Amino acid sequence: MTDVTVAEKTSKHASSLHQTDVRTKRRNASEARFRFYGLTAIAVGVFALIVLMASILSNGIPAFFQTYVIMNVDLKADVLDPKGNRDPDDIAKVMTFGYTPLINEATKTLVAEIGGEVPGLTDKMVNNMISREAAGQLRRFVLAHPDEIGKTVKFEFLANGRIDGYFKGRVTRESAALDSNVSVEQLDIADALKRDGHLETRFNFAFLTNPDASDQRPEAAGIGVAILGSAYMMLIVLGLALPIGVAASIYLEEFAKTNWLTDIIEVNISNLAAVPSIVFGILGLAIFINFMHLPQSAPIVGGLVLTLMTLPTIIISTRAALKSVPNSIRDAALGIGASKMQTVFHHVLPLAMPGILTGTIIGLAQALGETAPLLLIGMVAFVKDFPAAPPEGFFDPATALPVQVYNFTQRSDPAFYERASGAIIVLLIFLLIMNALAIVLRRRFERRW
Amino acid sequence: MPGGVLFLILCTISAVGYVMGRRKAVSVSGGDSRVMHSLLPYHGWNVALAAFLVGLSVMVLWSLLRLLFGFTDPGNNIVSVLSLAAALLAGWTNYARIERNYRARNVVELMMKGILIFASSIAIFTTIAIVLSMLFETTHFFRDYSWTRFFFGLKWSPNFSGNSDLGMLPLLWGTLYVSFIALLVAVPIGLFAAIYLSEYAGPRLRAVAKPMLEILAGIPTIVYGLFALITVGPILRDYFAQPLGLADSGSSVMTAGIVMGVMLIPFVSSLSDDIINAVPQAMRDGSYGLGATPSETIKQVVIPAALPGIVGAILLAASRAIGETMIVVMGAGAAAKLSLNPFEAMTTVTVKIVSQLTGDTDFASPETLVAFALGITLFVLTLGLNVLALYIVRRYREQYE
Repeated sequence: MTDVTVAEKTSKHASSLHQTDVRTKRRNASEARFRFYGLTAIAVGVFALIVLMASILSNGIPAFFQTYVIMNVDLKADVLDPKGNRDPDDIAKVMTFGYTPLINEATKTLVAEIGGEVPGLTDKMVNNMISREAAGQLRRFVLAHPDEIGKTVKFEFLANGRIDGYFKGRVTRESAALDSNVSVEQLDIADALKRDGHLETRFNFAFLTNPDASDQRPEAAGIGVAILGSAYMMLIVLGLALPIGVAASIYLEEFAKTNWLTDIIEVNISNLAAVPSIVFGILGLAIFINFMHLPQSAPIVGGLVLTLMTLPTIIISTRAALKSVPNSIRDAALGIGASKMQTVFHHVLPLAMPGILTGTIIGLAQALGETAPLLLIGMVAFVKDFPAAPPEGFFDPATALPVQVYNFTQRSDPAFYERASGAIIVLLIFLLIMNALAIVLRRRFERRW
Repeated sequence: MPGGVLFLILCTISAVGYVMGRRKAVSVSGGDSRVMHSLLPYHGWNVALAAFLVGLSVMVLWSLLRLLFGFTDPGNNIVSVLSLAAALLAGWTNYARIERNYRARNVVELMMKGILIFASSIAIFTTIAIVLSMLFETTHFFRDYSWTRFFFGLKWSPNFSGNSDLGMLPLLWGTLYVSFIALLVAVPIGLFAAIYLSEYAGPRLRAVAKPMLEILAGIPTIVYGLFALITVGPILRDYFAQPLGLADSGSSVMTAGIVMGVMLIPFVSSLSDDIINAVPQAMRDGSYGLGATPSETIKQVVIPAALPGIVGAILLAASRAIGETMIVVMGAGAAAKLSLNPFEAMTTVTVKIVSQLTGDTDFASPETLVAFALGITLFVLTLGLNVLALYIVRRYREQYE
């Protein structure tokens, strides 16, 4: 009897609350481990976001800077205006090709001026330092100012993409030695030009306004046409998806009786929201282009496809906004004799408007970043001309911002990767503005009942 | 006349109709609008909407008929006359009806209800159009190419001079492989993030971490594609694939899978967050009351209770992964291969849809038409997953409501 009591006492003592036993220790350790897994998961997510942003920013920011060579060009009258009559039509007969020698000569003079005697430097290397875009730039200037012919005018030409890359760290002396498109001698000259102030790297507004440029001229490529095309498509999506989406939501939320037709529509909408976007591209190609014969690569087709794609998003958020308006509002309006339609349009809809607009902006942001369906309706085409003003411009060929990014990545010159990341930055800034607008709308105007 | 001008004329007719209808209502009422059944603007709208809707429907019907039967209408003359005449007639009919007892409001509301019903049926039309357009071209494809060879073929090598092998299995394998790796990344991270955020995190961490994950969800897929192409791909190639001697290409199943996994993290975490929050607090309290630690409660009570919902969320994520295009176009490569090596470039269904339908396409050749067959396969696959997932999630929700 006594023994048993003693044994009990010791065992009780062993499991005192002040002393953690092995099992509790194990359980606590497992608890700590579990928390650690959770924190790690969040950390991995946040880390991925940071790496993604850092990668895009570090690759893309150089696209907003560009290297220019400043030089005096002798606009020789006998080359540019062979007949000497300053007739714009005759001047226009000299093609871009005819302007190249003037630039070559000016470059050569410039190199001689700064005393750029680098062994092994050929004329071809010197000529290649200036972008192929320069001749076109010169021709446009001459056509716009015919009275400058015969004078010497100061110009800023784009430097070749590789020279530009040298000042951005993309091209190094080691890589230049292996690259047939650029030579170390050219880099020596570029350094000398920079030292004497004939060459400078500065902010590149042209990136935002220029159209795309061909494979050999990454330095001239811009995203102007893409921004305009995206803007046109957003106009179409806004003009179609908002009214249709709101009308559909009003019907489904306020009028529809529960029957098989309503069920089918609801199931359809939730399924359409999850259909892969590329399927909408196939739809656009088959219906809008092959069947309705709308033009390829036109913003109208892109806008229609994106409208169909965003409709489910807008309908779902609009229905949520309508649902959040309390029934007392409806009852009050109906009680003083308003019809069902008047109740909805005069009372429920205005109260739901902030929520609807928030949802619409988020839908638009989704549409702005969508790429895959646009590839299928021909928006990958190389477009150099700006589309006209709407509504005719809706039918002109254009491209879109995300498609332009894809387009840039398909080129061989690595300078286009920089452009692609730069275009992504512009896209992300647009998305940021739209989402910020949505948040502000929600914070300021949304009522909680 | 061009369609735009026709539309503008139609709008003008409606505007004039509104003014006329309202004016007639004013004169009928004799200055006291209370004697009318409907408010004055309704009489205006009645005329305007009737003219506009009838005119527009004639225009739309006409162009549909023209597309279906392929006849021509030079200068749109016939349709202009037809639709304008119909609009005037409809407007005039409703205009003639205006009198004190005319129920203009009811008529207007009926027309508006018609518009609302039409708008909501666009969702059905879209689905029908998707299915029909793909079925139509797919039947063309299967007329030239046997369906057994398509569904069970082990070789994909399109050849535009004919005699192509268009077997789908290598593409399907690539799709499933990439999706599997993506889920392998996204499910544990997303799930643990959701658990931590809903069960452990204080308001401050939640206020920071949740928006961060939501930003990840709002980033367009082209951005992830570029990230795969210029950052993840080269890193994996230089530090893993080449030193290990596995492969030497930047685009690989691993690249696309990891990046797609990152894309899916917020998708999984926000869905699981909803589901975990739906588990009643009483169940947790019961578990704590029996002395369980928080992690034991989560592992043994919350997760089993939320399991159907989580499975649904994973299926939804899988459907997103299968249908994802830009990341695989830019990250996975273009070579159709049946291989187990995750560092090798493989290709997916969506990549091949893009590559067969961009550039010069000839809608008579099986090499182009195969894209539609791939498209419908993808559509059916994702639709099946979604329906299954939504069914599971819905049943689970009902369980606790």
